[in-house]
Amino acid sequence: MAEKRLMYGNHALVEGIIYAGCRFFAGYPITPQNEVPEYMSIRMNEVGGVFLQTESEIAAINMLFGAGAAGVRATTSSSSPGISLMQEGISYIAGADIPVLVINIVRGGPGLGNIAPAQSDYYQATKGGGHGDYFTITLAPNSAQELFEFPKLAFELAEKYRNPALILADGLLGQMMEPVEFTFEPIDPGKLPEKDYALTGCRGRPRRVVRSYDLRPGKLEELNWKRYKKYQEIIKNEQRYETFNDKDAGLIIIAYGTCARVASAAMKMARDKNLKVGLLRPITLWPFPKDKVAQLSERIKDFLVVEMNCGQMIDDVRMATQFRSRIHFLGRPGGGVPTPPEVLKKIEEIMGGGR
Amino acid sequence: MKLIFGRPAGLTDVKQRYCPGCGHGIVHRLVAELLVELNIRERAVGIAPVGCSVFADEYFNCDMIQPPHGRGPAVATGIKRARPDCILFSYQGDGDLAAIGTAETVHAAARNENITLIFINNAIYGMTGGQLAPTTLPGMRSTTSVQGRDIVKQGYPIKVCELLAGLDGPYYLVRCAVNTPKNIIRTKKALKTAFQNQINNKGFSLVEILSMCPTGWGMTPVQAKKWIGEVMSKYYPLGEFRNLAKEEK
Repeated sequence: MAEKRLMYGNHALVEGIIYAGCRFFAGYPITPQNEVPEYMSIRMNEVGGVFLQTESEIAAINMLFGAGAAGVRATTSSSSPGISLMQEGISYIAGADIPVLVINIVRGGPGLGNIAPAQSDYYQATKGGGHGDYFTITLAPNSAQELFEFPKLAFELAEKYRNPALILADGLLGQMMEPVEFTFEPIDPGKLPEKDYALTGCRGRPRRVVRSYDLRPGKLEELNWKRYKKYQEIIKNEQRYETFNDKDAGLIIIAYGTCARVASAAMKMARDKNLKVGLLRPITLWPFPKDKVAQLSERIKDFLVVEMNCGQMIDDVRMATQFRSRIHFLGRPGGGVPTPPEVLKKIEEIMGGGR
Repeated sequence: MKLIFGRPAGLTDVKQRYCPGCGHGIVHRLVAELLVELNIRERAVGIAPVGCSVFADEYFNCDMIQPPHGRGPAVATGIKRARPDCILFSYQGDGDLAAIGTAETVHAAARNENITLIFINNAIYGMTGGQLAPTTLPGMRSTTSVQGRDIVKQGYPIKVCELLAGLDGPYYLVRCAVNTPKNIIRTKKALKTAFQNQINNKGFSLVEILSMCPTGWGMTPVQAKKWIGEVMSKYYPLGEFRNLAKEEK
């Protein structure tokens, strides 16, 4: 049986990054993710990896650009304002088709906001984030276990499609303790395949260039269409989600991350009252699991979106339902976390009490 | 027939787009010669800035990367730490290195990061059409200081070598020029020292090079070279500002 440890989510995340064979981390301190660089600095030292505390998030993301272009697995971690600072770099990395891993432990915004858990960076994470036509593969874990497992998945997807990947979590997930099962063997970075784009010096091969620009007339347009096709492939192949009790449900909650945990508890309370409630938890926020939502919307009249923001996922749900279903919303922006009774109350409002 | 002068193998065959009299072509050639002479071309990863020399990624015959404006030292750090055997050079102009990228420059120097920065100081934003640079001299005209740089409103230029010499970190800081054959030879020597420092794992080297921009300055190439000698190098004195190799001896 795999080893099991009681761990903070943020520490599980660090172990997951190390286990994924990543030996390069650069980041700048910001609450609520400081346990990540602190624990990372110790672990990278132990495994002979690179740990860089940078002068800014701008420097961190550009160090990632360099390390990713050099063909190694590289990670940065930050929280909302820091991720905003990184957007220029992420755009360049996407424009140069370089896989890297960016962690956003989301806090309340906009601006300095606060340091409480939030999901208010959904738009930024799922609609590109910086300038230009691009998307980042975005994973939303909801437990310490997934914080351990998702870095590996994120690197695999990032490398398969040569695209930056994001893990979108929040301070609540990062700072709660849960049992974590070490479900896979640590990956030896020396055994990962060589990358055919990696900048390593041109001995014995033609020189390589990593860049995001092309000034020749029409060429950038061509390149963007090529990348568009890649995004269509990702949308087709990589929609990930979990469903619970959807078979007989009259109402389905759609929630990710911390809100999915809250929604799951509310669903159980509702079921105890004979309210036929189901749950769909998007695991990939981009690509959004629109095919599953579309399929459910053929039958389900009511969806309840629960988020720690003002309703940023509603548009994706509404588009996926093709306007067939009613979309209800329970949101807590600015660092608020919804409680199961709050969600239950909303369910009862929609479904009209015990039936 | 014996070939006595040709294009160094450190340069590609691509035709360079620099203006007549521009200093970039000279510095490119010096760097390219050293890539061959020091036998590091196949270990090198070069970094092209945003600015006139953005196309350096087409000109240097080695692995190249083109990062966001000013972030060369951060990208170089990432590659160097991931691939310590590679030889990193970040080729940057004054806007890239001393305005938008000041933080990355200062902190790479403070870490004594084992990389080589090649800093082209021509006191103007060339590619965007001649705007005020962080290195534009007091009183010097640009398209955003048409009456001349007003130090009351626009502040003073940044003397990068002097600024970095205030840090304990950097190993080698030197200012050169490419306005005369003598200065070109000295520049090549400084670049060679900078690359050798990196090969020997000594740390951070920055070679600042005063370089002609006849187009941006509204001068002929000959006037531009003269102006470096008579005006620019008076404000930015040439010479070494840090050379820890000498202290080690």
